[in-house]
Amino acid sequence: MGVGRRMKKQGPPQPLSEEHFAKLKRKAGLPVDAPTEAPEKKRRRTAKKPEPKSNGSASKKSGSTSKASKPGKPAKELPTANGRSKSKAPKKPLIEESEEEEDEFDMEDLEADGSSDDEVQKIGDDFLGSDSSVFDSDDEGGQTKAMWSEDEDESDAEEKLTAANIVGLSRKLDQQLEEEAAANEEEMLQSALQTNISGDKPKVLADEDDELEDEKNEFLAPDLQLLRTRITENIRVLDDFSNLRQEGRSRAEYTAQLLKDVCAYYGYSEYLAEKLYNLFTPREAFAFFEANETARPVVIRTNTLRANRRELAQALINRGVTLEPVGKWSKVGLQVFESSVPLGATPEYLAGHYILQAASSFLPCMALDPQENERVLDMAAAPGGKTTYMAAMMKNTGIVVANDPNKARAKGLIGNIHRLGATNVIVSNYDAREFPKPMGGFDRVLLDAPCSGTGVIAKDPSVKTNKTELDFMQLPHIQKQLILAAIDSVAHNSKTGGYIVYSTCSVTIEENEAVVQYALKRRPNVKLVETNLAFGKEGFTSFRGKSFDPSMSLTRRYYPHSYNVDGFFVAKFQKIGPTPAKANAPREKSSGGDSTEVIDRTPIVDEDAEDEKAKNDDFGGWNEDEDEQYIEKGRRNAMRRRGLDPHSAGKKSKKSSK
Amino acid sequence: MRPLTEEETQTLFKKLAEYTGPSLKNLIAPIDNSPKADRIVFRLCQGRVYAVLLSIANIATSIARDKLLSLGTCIGKFTKTGKFRIHITALPIIAPYARHKIWIRPNGVMPFLYGGNVVKAHIGRFSEDCPEHQGIVVYSMDDVPLGFGVTARSTAESRRLDPTGVVCFRQADNGEYLRDEDNLFASG
Repeated sequence: MGVGRRMKKQGPPQPLSEEHFAKLKRKAGLPVDAPTEAPEKKRRRTAKKPEPKSNGSASKKSGSTSKASKPGKPAKELPTANGRSKSKAPKKPLIEESEEEEDEFDMEDLEADGSSDDEVQKIGDDFLGSDSSVFDSDDEGGQTKAMWSEDEDESDAEEKLTAANIVGLSRKLDQQLEEEAAANEEEMLQSALQTNISGDKPKVLADEDDELEDEKNEFLAPDLQLLRTRITENIRVLDDFSNLRQEGRSRAEYTAQLLKDVCAYYGYSEYLAEKLYNLFTPREAFAFFEANETARPVVIRTNTLRANRRELAQALINRGVTLEPVGKWSKVGLQVFESSVPLGATPEYLAGHYILQAASSFLPCMALDPQENERVLDMAAAPGGKTTYMAAMMKNTGIVVANDPNKARAKGLIGNIHRLGATNVIVSNYDAREFPKPMGGFDRVLLDAPCSGTGVIAKDPSVKTNKTELDFMQLPHIQKQLILAAIDSVAHNSKTGGYIVYSTCSVTIEENEAVVQYALKRRPNVKLVETNLAFGKEGFTSFRGKSFDPSMSLTRRYYPHSYNVDGFFVAKFQKIGPTPAKANAPREKSSGGDSTEVIDRTPIVDEDAEDEKAKNDDFGGWNEDEDEQYIEKGRRNAMRRRGLDPHSAGKKSKKSSK
Repeated sequence: MRPLTEEETQTLFKKLAEYTGPSLKNLIAPIDNSPKADRIVFRLCQGRVYAVLLSIANIATSIARDKLLSLGTCIGKFTKTGKFRIHITALPIIAPYARHKIWIRPNGVMPFLYGGNVVKAHIGRFSEDCPEHQGIVVYSMDDVPLGFGVTARSTAESRRLDPTGVVCFRQADNGEYLRDEDNLFASG
């Protein structure tokens, strides 16, 4: 699905922990060739048991067989870093079924999330999941090797490094296996239950007598177990609607029921639930809601100005922190599984060797890719994770202007800048919309716009209820102003740059694609370019009847359920010409606005008749000559007040009039 | 933002020289030998003194006075009585030029970062011939600068001290980034 030209450059993020898991399994006396997913596979099959009874079994079967042949594959490929995967080029059927498989993988992800809150488990799964989502792209794998070859010299050391973690990890693994076994049992029970109740067609929607009962129970707390079963059933129906629906029920009814259940189960406001639901397929939406209930892994970023990753990892392991590199896509990120010391107060932290930073916020900086000796602007900088990352990428040369409109937040920003030793940073306190005015001509601009935060619900659950329709009108308005300011602050003739990166931690269309589309429309001198990020889904080129620019596929979206990072959006622009002078003028109402006619609204009347009428009306009409006298008098008075001689002025004016 | 006056410069340099000794002039020397070489200058902005590259300081002039919150590295601030108070943020400026150094053992790092003085039991290494009441930079054993202070005893004297005796009074330590963030940086 999300495979573009980027695949040729970098390839998807690697399911990095896999090797270790295999090793650990061998230790634990488990069959090694089965990857971590194997037990889940089993579970899935049992869960799917009722399905063959349904009518669409033929296509399903072929899907499941190909799936069954799959599990061995990723594990085998991994050690060779995708190099050999080319020879195992995809068979045709795989490509055809990629869509379906992806969905199923998502389901597995969410099952894993739901059944265990274990970090290790989640990471393995999610990265596997993301791997599978681009599975059909194996034919392009040859080039990916080239990109990663530079990492290989490091990988030995990393292995050594993580070997120190093995004790901790194996304990985790044991625990995780136990949990899985418990989950399996539970699922067996559930599937048995399902078959008893619903037979072929699950009953999701309430009948009339049920509704009566519902009304009675309105004031009782909802039965969560029941809700959850109903949600999963409902999704199953929506997946295969023509076969599984009850007679005479429409899809809208099912969707409405699902949304209602989601609101009750997860506590979203109805408005937001619907908005988020519309972004995905039902199954994916469920995975998204589910992923928002679990926290993302803690990630730290090595400050390359003060330390290197290997030494930092060693130092932290010695302090009792279990960690691992975050993925092949980043050379500075470390993912923390557990820690016996507070990560925000170790001597290394205080000495500025690392900063706690979500994996998703690496992405805009990597997309912007600031070079040494450039002038860069960060328009909304606090708390400074991205600013300091950019300063580190530039090796403290050039200039980074970090702006934040909030003084209280700016304090934390300055603290982080000093702690991490970024000396090339100027911190300013403007409203970012003012920006080309105090300073312009930047080589690159990063705009991480203020947003509704629908991508970080896991971090801040209050978003579920406190965002209303108004927010989704006001925030995009500000974002549009900001993005124009960002574009205007960039020098199009910069030798190395001329780039703008727009990012939000939100997943809605209004705050992302719509804003980008607006920028493209208002500033014809910018175009979207490749973000050069190793993974991510493409932006929407059309959504519910709205169609966006075809180049919107160059933007990248990140979801918590597919990559286990915060929900995020990244778009990279290049400025190719100066902003036209008229660009800031208010827009004309219609697109063909030139031909707006001037409408004369004075009523059409007979002029002479009007004059007669004027003389005879109650106000006595209008006398031009008398009026002239009054004007002259007023003018003279005014001159006298100013200390001028009215007579001379009168002469002069008469002369000039002559 | 403005350059320091003559008097202010003198106070500042006296303070810095306590830690760096005569190598202070390396700090303010041009960075390389090219004709238009950049150098570090000192600028006063909202009561704080910043050490910053000249090129950056020049660009920062286009930002209004009340909107400029920080540039380069904060060194410290002038007190109302005209003395100079040096902050922990100056550590990366003075650490490379420090004349006298003290290294503390791993078991002494946390007490120091929590604001304690350096006691003799925690000392791993100590510069020779360090006099009493001399500015000194504190390192951990793996050469990470942790803070700075003044010696309570000369090197020779401290050899005779009992293990709990204080060798160095703490003036600033990295822990202040957490404890004292509100006072370190200017913003109203």
